[in-house]
Amino acid sequence: MKIVELQVNGNKHRVEVDDEQSLLSVLRDDLDLTGTKYGCGEGQCGACTVLLDGQPTRSCRMPAVNVGSKPITTIEDLEQNGRLHPLQQAFLDHGAMQCGYCISGMLMSGAGLLKKNPQPTEAEILRAMEGNICRCGTYPRIVAAIKQAASGRVAQKGGGK
Amino acid sequence: MKNKPIDEILLAPEIEPERYELLAGPAYHFQVARRDFFKGLGGGVLILFAVKEARAQQESGGGRRGGGRTAPQEISAWLHIGEDGVTTVYTGKVEVGQDIRTSLAQVVAEELRVSITTIRMVMGDTDLTPYDAGTFGSLTTPTMSPRLRKAAAAARESLLDLAAEQTKADRKSLLIADGKVTNPATKQSLTFSQLTKGQRLTRAIADDIALTPPDEWKIAGKPLTKLNGRDIVTGKHQYTSDLKLPGMLYGKVVRPAAFGATPSAIDTKAAEKMTGVTVVRDGDFIGVTAPTPTLAKRAMEAINVEWKTAQQPSSSEIFAHLKKTAAASDGRSATKRGSMTEGLAAAQQKLEQSYNIAYIAHAPLEPRAAVAEWKDGKLTVWTGTQRPFGVRSELASAFRIPEEKVRVIMPDTGSGYGGKHTGETAIEAARLAKAAGKPVKLVWTREEEFTWAYFRPAGVIDIKSGVSSDGKITAWAFHNYNSGSAGIRPVYDIPNQAIEFHSTDSPLRQGSYRALASTANHFAREVHLDELAASVKIDPLEFRLKNLKDQRLQAVLEAVTRRIEWEKRKPVAGRGFGIAGGFEKGGYVANCVEVAVDRTSGKVTILRIVTAFECGAIINPDGLKNQVEGSIIQGIGGALFEAIEFENGKILNPRFSRYRVPRFSDVPPLETILLDRKDLPSAGSGECPIVALAPAISNAIFAASGVRLRSLPMIPNGLKA
Ligand code: FES
Ligand code: FES
Repeated sequence: MKIVELQVNGNKHRVEVDDEQSLLSVLRDDLDLTGTKYGCGEGQCGACTVLLDGQPTRSCRMPAVNVGSKPITTIEDLEQNGRLHPLQQAFLDHGAMQCGYCISGMLMSGAGLLKKNPQPTEAEILRAMEGNICRCGTYPRIVAAIKQAASGRVAQKGGGK
Repeated sequence: MKNKPIDEILLAPEIEPERYELLAGPAYHFQVARRDFFKGLGGGVLILFAVKEARAQQESGGGRRGGGRTAPQEISAWLHIGEDGVTTVYTGKVEVGQDIRTSLAQVVAEELRVSITTIRMVMGDTDLTPYDAGTFGSLTTPTMSPRLRKAAAAARESLLDLAAEQTKADRKSLLIADGKVTNPATKQSLTFSQLTKGQRLTRAIADDIALTPPDEWKIAGKPLTKLNGRDIVTGKHQYTSDLKLPGMLYGKVVRPAAFGATPSAIDTKAAEKMTGVTVVRDGDFIGVTAPTPTLAKRAMEAINVEWKTAQQPSSSEIFAHLKKTAAASDGRSATKRGSMTEGLAAAQQKLEQSYNIAYIAHAPLEPRAAVAEWKDGKLTVWTGTQRPFGVRSELASAFRIPEEKVRVIMPDTGSGYGGKHTGETAIEAARLAKAAGKPVKLVWTREEEFTWAYFRPAGVIDIKSGVSSDGKITAWAFHNYNSGSAGIRPVYDIPNQAIEFHSTDSPLRQGSYRALASTANHFAREVHLDELAASVKIDPLEFRLKNLKDQRLQAVLEAVTRRIEWEKRKPVAGRGFGIAGGFEKGGYVANCVEVAVDRTSGKVTILRIVTAFECGAIINPDGLKNQVEGSIIQGIGGALFEAIEFENGKILNPRFSRYRVPRFSDVPPLETILLDRKDLPSAGSGECPIVALAPAISNAIFAASGVRLRSLPMIPNGLKA
């Protein structure tokens, strides 16, 4: 066991962590930030994606003891002062969800992409999102939502492409 | 030669009960006292809806296999309009992503003439909601939706009665809208709570209550995105795996080395020494609890077990195994019409082919999870299951307690696709919690989900057929080994048929999957039809229409082929179009797919998927489109590359890194055509749209390359032949 100090969503947290404990487990089980999901534990599905220093990162593969002082952003911090992030709004506008379990990870991967590349092409979107699985098959709607958020367009109600 | 019963079946396709629904009914069904619950509701209007229809009985569990008992004459749904103007709807149906929370709220808001924001849905809580057999078989829309519409219509009518009485106005002149009843003559308006005046009015529903016809719908029939969508995009929605109770421990279960393995020696000493760890042994069950998930995992790994295993068939020999172990025909699962001998004699071309279907996994993104708590002799379990009442029975019988001592609550769950009917995780968590004396959370790992859940059955389908020179199918023998019987009967008009399902020994635990065996049966049938058409050199579309009387299937086939201008398509080297159609669970679907095939590399690219779907009157067009697209995208996996590999009782690919599922780049442009038949009752959409995709792809690959693919998945390693 080790004490680490994590910077999560702008707050400092001192947590006692197990050497093999993943960042995902610390977020969910110790800090009760359950918006970040477990889907595979092997870096294959993206449900656990958070931003680490702005970079989309699979928190299930990241030992908490290795995070250091890098700032962590989780889905809980995407909404600011009651205002949804444009990408969250775009997901709602496009009905880009079914069961919703993949959505936190999709939003964090998408938000990370838009931060680095505010005007991604379709090919760039697919490349950035390829590591995120949606078993319900909402992919076309997610692509449409990312495009909407990138263009700053206003809501166009209902439907994928 | 006419055989009436079959004609009737073909004209009015019934919903096929499926032997793999894992639906063994409980031996007893105890009533839970609801009086206390009703007391707590306060004033307002309470609508009770007693089950009367035979269909509802069937759905409630009676009349299906394993049942034999009559369905409880119980209230099947109710709704309560509170004094605060909030309408609460109680239904045993559950939400796994198909978005019935939204579509059911829509029909209630429609009938009650209130804003949808005033509707609160309580779903899948065995203490609060009426009994329901489960959420499967695309039954919510055709059965629960009309029931709730009737409940809401009854509430509306009793509010109008009240208003007429209180205002002494002519009842017919009153208008009901936005939660108020208004008298247009006097402009006097009364809210629902002014009408009920703190009293509680309880009403039962007349079965013949008038419903708003779909062409007058204002709220239903319109696109609407998920009601609780904001909770999803902010990460606030709590799935079972997100719940935390005070003092809660984390559980882990020791898994056998192979299916059917039994422990011969168990050493738990090291685990027992760990602080805070409880080791639980009960028969062959071995599990642990600990204050943290990491410690629980470590304790589980510290337990040493020697396993006795037995030799079992592997995926490499599965299809031969299924045929070899097929039970002798009992005649009961056979459908015969006309004479195969005569049909074959009349044929100009005869064809015999075999089709294989692999086991696949549902792989819901949220693996099975449960939180269990024992308190004052009552067990409460939160778990993601499509059958909360079924799981309640499983728990009651596992712990030998009455059902009223068990409550199962189903938070909206991270999908199911037919894969979450059972309660194994609930039982495991409850067993651990009982031993630990504290609430316990158990979340399966991805590997456990891939191994210890159940699979879509593997199968072999043999078809023998004949066709006349003018393209009429004269004979059709269809034998399905193990896949199941859903969708086994053709909609095509064939005078001589012999159709049979054969049960076999399945080395893997199998159960229902989106559209059940319909995907397998449609694959074999619709590929075989193309082969027949080719044998008499007739265009595949023309061939289907020639043999088809069903206008609804014709309509979807025509819709997709019109979209791609089928007649005008030109041969392009390495490219091809394929079509297929089907019906299931009251819906009709057709697909037209274009593929490009590179014979050197073996790469197959789907260029375009056009889908036409018709399921009667559409309630939520956007939700429907989402379901159709989701089915198609999921269908790509089973069609092209998903397959469970196993050897001697072990799953060889229990990970996403080794079991490929569709990803972003696998999705071609999708064009979805929804045919809205306002004159027909609404059917469900969670299953049917998946059935025609795989055969359409296979037919397109043939058109592009001349290679006929008769096994699912078709190209796990690219096109080889
Ligand atoms: S849970 Fe981390 S990638 Fe799947
Ligand atoms: S919405 Fe269910 S996994 Fe994506």
